[in-house]
Amino acid sequence: MLAMVLCPPLLRPQSNVERVTIGQPQKVVGKRNDAVQTKIPVSILEGYHVNSNTPADEYLIPLKVTWTSLGALEGGQVTFPKAEKMAVGDQTLSVFTGKFDLTVNFKVSAKALAGPGTASGKLGYQACNNKVCFPPKSVEIDVPYQVQ
Amino acid sequence: MATALLLGCFLEGCASGPSTVKAASIKADKDRHTAPDFSLKDADGKTVRLADYKGKVVLLDFWATWCGPCRIEIPWFTEMERKWKDKGFEVLGVSMDDNGWEDVKPFLAQMKVNYRVVIGDDATSQAYGGVEDLPTTFLIDKQGKIAAIHIGLAGRKEFEDGVDELLGEGDTPVNAGNGAVPPAVAAAKQR
Repeated sequence: MLAMVLCPPLLRPQSNVERVTIGQPQKVVGKRNDAVQTKIPVSILEGYHVNSNTPADEYLIPLKVTWTSLGALEGGQVTFPKAEKMAVGDQTLSVFTGKFDLTVNFKVSAKALAGPGTASGKLGYQACNNKVCFPPKSVEIDVPYQVQ
Repeated sequence: MATALLLGCFLEGCASGPSTVKAASIKADKDRHTAPDFSLKDADGKTVRLADYKGKVVLLDFWATWCGPCRIEIPWFTEMERKWKDKGFEVLGVSMDDNGWEDVKPFLAQMKVNYRVVIGDDATSQAYGGVEDLPTTFLIDKQGKIAAIHIGLAGRKEFEDGVDELLGEGDTPVNAGNGAVPPAVAAAKQR
């Protein structure tokens, strides 16, 4: 407790904070060969930002979805929202803040068996606030689906 | 959590009195701890040890190419290196880029960095308290002790005042009573 009184807040380690969380994606339901879509709710902790999917330069780490197992689904192309511009020093960054949805387009495989399943992947991100950046991290994505 | 906060205080010397220091961020001699030594490679493949810098004031900057606030500080450090290199001061950058020199070399060229940079590793990061928040910058005095820590983007004047003060200190240790910074692995894991 004494430490909390004596230490300036900025000096406290912040690495255990989850700066990016995702909500439950909508369940995907479709027949073989159907084009289906889901939305993944993403939430960035207030006061932080992540690089957009198209960062300002090649050294910055983009927000990116990587699918590890699609199950009976194919594709998985992600549509990102419009990014915000943020000035940091003399650079203008392309970032996301707050809450937004990622729209994901799938196609139900022509060989899919009827029944439930889960498409799994990761949302990779690199977060900063106006003074500090944090190492790249990822959060798991699980999209439930039902093949009819 | 409490351990992490105490670690922060330990590194910062939160309870130290400011009576013997001028620059706001510089710790009193009695609150300084020996900076952990390390052995890392520079861009030419040469081994760099912090111990090689004893007798000099060192600005040790943990940074990464993907870190925006780091980019703001790097030109300051380049200027400070130019200004004070012949007066017993050196900047040493520790890049925490996972891709190593593949990313770092072109970045250094682009930023016209004039000081030495090494690629950091987990052991070095842990030895310095589990450095993850970038930039994190240590000012190390001529005796190889940590005199100041800045976590996150700090002010240019703060760095310059700190270095100026440390360069003005004598070469003889004022207080030899502090041991090395203990391994911070356990504390870092409790974050």
